[in-house]
Amino acid sequence: MSDGHAANALAHQFEDLEQQHEAASLGMWIFLATEVMFFGGLFAGYTIYRNLYLPGFEAGSHMLNVTIGALNTAVLICSSLTMALAVRAAQMGKRNALVTFLILTIALGLAFIIIKLTLEWRHDYLEGLAPGVNFTFAGLNAKSLELFFCFYFLMTGVHAMHMVVGVGVLSVLLVQAGKGRFGPDRYNAVETAGLYWHFVDIIWIFLFPLLYLIGGRY
Amino acid sequence: MATAEVDLHTRVHYLNAHYGVKSWLLTTDHKRIAILYLASITLFFVVGGIAAVLIRLHLIEPNGAIFEPAAYNKLFSMHGIIMVFFFMIPSIPAVLGNFLVPMMIGARDLAFPKLNLLSWYIFILGGALTLYAVIGGGVDTGWTFYTPLSTTYVNTNVLSAAFGVFVAGFSSILTGLNFVVTIHKMRAPGMTWFRMPLFLWAMYATSLIQILGTPVVAITLVLVAVERLFHVGIFDPAVGGDPILFQHLFWFYSHPAVYIMILPSMGVVSELIACFAKKRIFGYSFVAFSSVAIAVVSFLVWGHHMFVSGQSIYAGIIFSALSFLVAIPSAIKVFNWTATLYKGSISYQAPMLYALGFIGLFTMGGLTGLFLATLAVDTHVHDTYFVVGHFHYIMVGGAVMGYLGGIHFWWPKITGRLYPDGWARLAAAIIFIGFNLTFFPQYMLGYLGMPRRYAIYPPEFQVLNVMSSAGASILAVGYAIPLVYLIWSMRYGPVAGPNPWGAKGLEWETPSPPPTENFEQTPVVTEEAYSYGK
Amino acid sequence: MQGHVVPKKLYFAIFGSLLAMTALTTGMAYVDLGQWNTIVALVIACCKATLVVLFFMHLRWSPRLMRVALLSALLWLVILISLTTTDFFSRDWTPIPEGWESSLLRSPAPPGNLLPRR
Repeated sequence: MSDGHAANALAHQFEDLEQQHEAASLGMWIFLATEVMFFGGLFAGYTIYRNLYLPGFEAGSHMLNVTIGALNTAVLICSSLTMALAVRAAQMGKRNALVTFLILTIALGLAFIIIKLTLEWRHDYLEGLAPGVNFTFAGLNAKSLELFFCFYFLMTGVHAMHMVVGVGVLSVLLVQAGKGRFGPDRYNAVETAGLYWHFVDIIWIFLFPLLYLIGGRY
Repeated sequence: MATAEVDLHTRVHYLNAHYGVKSWLLTTDHKRIAILYLASITLFFVVGGIAAVLIRLHLIEPNGAIFEPAAYNKLFSMHGIIMVFFFMIPSIPAVLGNFLVPMMIGARDLAFPKLNLLSWYIFILGGALTLYAVIGGGVDTGWTFYTPLSTTYVNTNVLSAAFGVFVAGFSSILTGLNFVVTIHKMRAPGMTWFRMPLFLWAMYATSLIQILGTPVVAITLVLVAVERLFHVGIFDPAVGGDPILFQHLFWFYSHPAVYIMILPSMGVVSELIACFAKKRIFGYSFVAFSSVAIAVVSFLVWGHHMFVSGQSIYAGIIFSALSFLVAIPSAIKVFNWTATLYKGSISYQAPMLYALGFIGLFTMGGLTGLFLATLAVDTHVHDTYFVVGHFHYIMVGGAVMGYLGGIHFWWPKITGRLYPDGWARLAAAIIFIGFNLTFFPQYMLGYLGMPRRYAIYPPEFQVLNVMSSAGASILAVGYAIPLVYLIWSMRYGPVAGPNPWGAKGLEWETPSPPPTENFEQTPVVTEEAYSYGK
Repeated sequence: MQGHVVPKKLYFAIFGSLLAMTALTTGMAYVDLGQWNTIVALVIACCKATLVVLFFMHLRWSPRLMRVALLSALLWLVILISLTTTDFFSRDWTPIPEGWESSLLRSPAPPGNLLPRR
């Protein structure tokens, strides 16, 4: 890239591009630390209640569809791959590859959300398993089962909201990438968005066993 | 001094570099953003202060002089929510921190200037939502939003207040994030960690708390909101939920939050003591490490707010022991400040009066904290005015005095003007006297058994309550005076040079007010901090 | 050019491992391991997360400071969960005497405005 392009890339408060790049990465890692604590509150509540009410949590977990959960996990892992490849394309200045991989990542993210909303949440709602909205289960351990579903909807809901934000951010980056805004000297935005995206994937990597696989399926 | 006046108006600096409302509302200059915060938090302080005045007026009579109990509940809740989240937590970090962090490390701005501006807008949005909640209808759960009262039983504006606090929390997180990245990555050449002014160590430690703690209260407020909106039972015992879980999650943030309020003030005090004793801070590395130690250990003690809530007594023992531990780094600071004063060349300008007041009052507040950390004592004084006295000694006698000392100390740098020190010393004295008269009787009231958050009290407590209210009126006068002369000084105060106090630090090596880019050239640091020559 | 460019082959290798481990964790759920099911599932999840963090998020080639940031967050999460758990786990350790209900004073029903909202 030309020097003029590089000169535009450096924000006025930084001394050089390397400082700017390190600051951006550190900033995003610290933001991810706050996200760990944000989800952490939910994980803490989940841990306490699961230990108190294991039968109800097991019963609730067995009502979830493992196949769909595993499928969604695979969808997110694919999206992490495409995101990593997108960052790589930006690093190497390959505009078309960057655009392609961003589109794929966004598509996979949307697929995850659509699968969750239509195949899982809608199904749970129709089955009468949505606390506060439509909860009609009256069998054994009904109260702790309701508590399980509270946490199920809360944790997957907060996760889904983060995915929506991620899709939004990536869409903005897609438009900018299409205009050729990124290159080897200015791809911080793509990389930091990638860090965020991978983090959301990691949250799901933990949600899957914690929500879908309680007590095994044997 | 006509030439100095002329120079102030002709030289280009951050205040006159651009004119117009847009240049302020769309600024990314950390110094202008600091002033935006200064105006906002002063406004919130006035609102919270009016609530305090009304509380003290109401409590002159044992049967309550002004309000019905339901309205009184809304009043102290308003006072707590506004003072904690919209004055105390942002005060020093968002005002003095934003202004000084880049200057003290020799940088042109923070790492993320636009994020800094976003922080302020988020703060204003949160503040507006909360003001709507507390003023339009009110919240009556206390600033602590305990469940199941807040989730199941009250019909007040809990949702909007919780949402306002939730939003404002992100302002705190982003400010902390900005400071940590800036301090790690943007120090000037030669500015090693151990050459940094102790104010920066304090800001760094505070930022760690903001980053790691605030998200937990954010998700907790989400849970409260979900429980209110959808009538689910996360904290409702009737369906197996546990209200104590709320308290764990809430206090996991809210205890470290009080260290967000005090650590920056301690940083200011280090700067003030060094400058007005003209001496290096004794035990620099101890003070630096103690700031980080306070930040870390503060996360291990939250259960001391829950000794009588139904928490297991064994957890109580653990939290009690850890709470004793957290007092140690604070005590280390007090010893080091005192040792700095010894054989120093001490002068008593207003900032120093505030610093000395801080040391005495913080020590008292801290000691009473140890009493509260003792399980057996706390069983007697929990939820009494003893607790109210304790935290006001730390937050008002400590943190607010540190804040005022800092505002006075850096006022010439921020505005380019000197304030009248005679009036400032008078105000400091009035504040000190008024403060002690307001809050010392509260220790006695609490020990004698008067509960907190009660709109009425037995007649035998009236004398002490009246003393406290009298003190509050004096304190109010004391706070009003600086408002007057500081604003006056912005127009009529004598022009200040770059370093009116003869202080050490990079911020004093540029003109007052500083140019937008802070320094003509990036400074190179060759001296240790506080190289006052002793 | 800043930052380390990772070869595509490595990305695909990690991707393959992640999918394999997902299949493994799903499959293990159908095997009766009793209490160990949970532990196995969490260990596999930690391995997957570690791969994503090290290779997709480039932590393997990043300055040590980022690692400290992540580890601090995880440590703080452990503090939150473990100290909270000590409360809930140790509540049973203080025995509640038999027949305590009869020593309760009968208290009047709460007034109307204190009844739950729903």
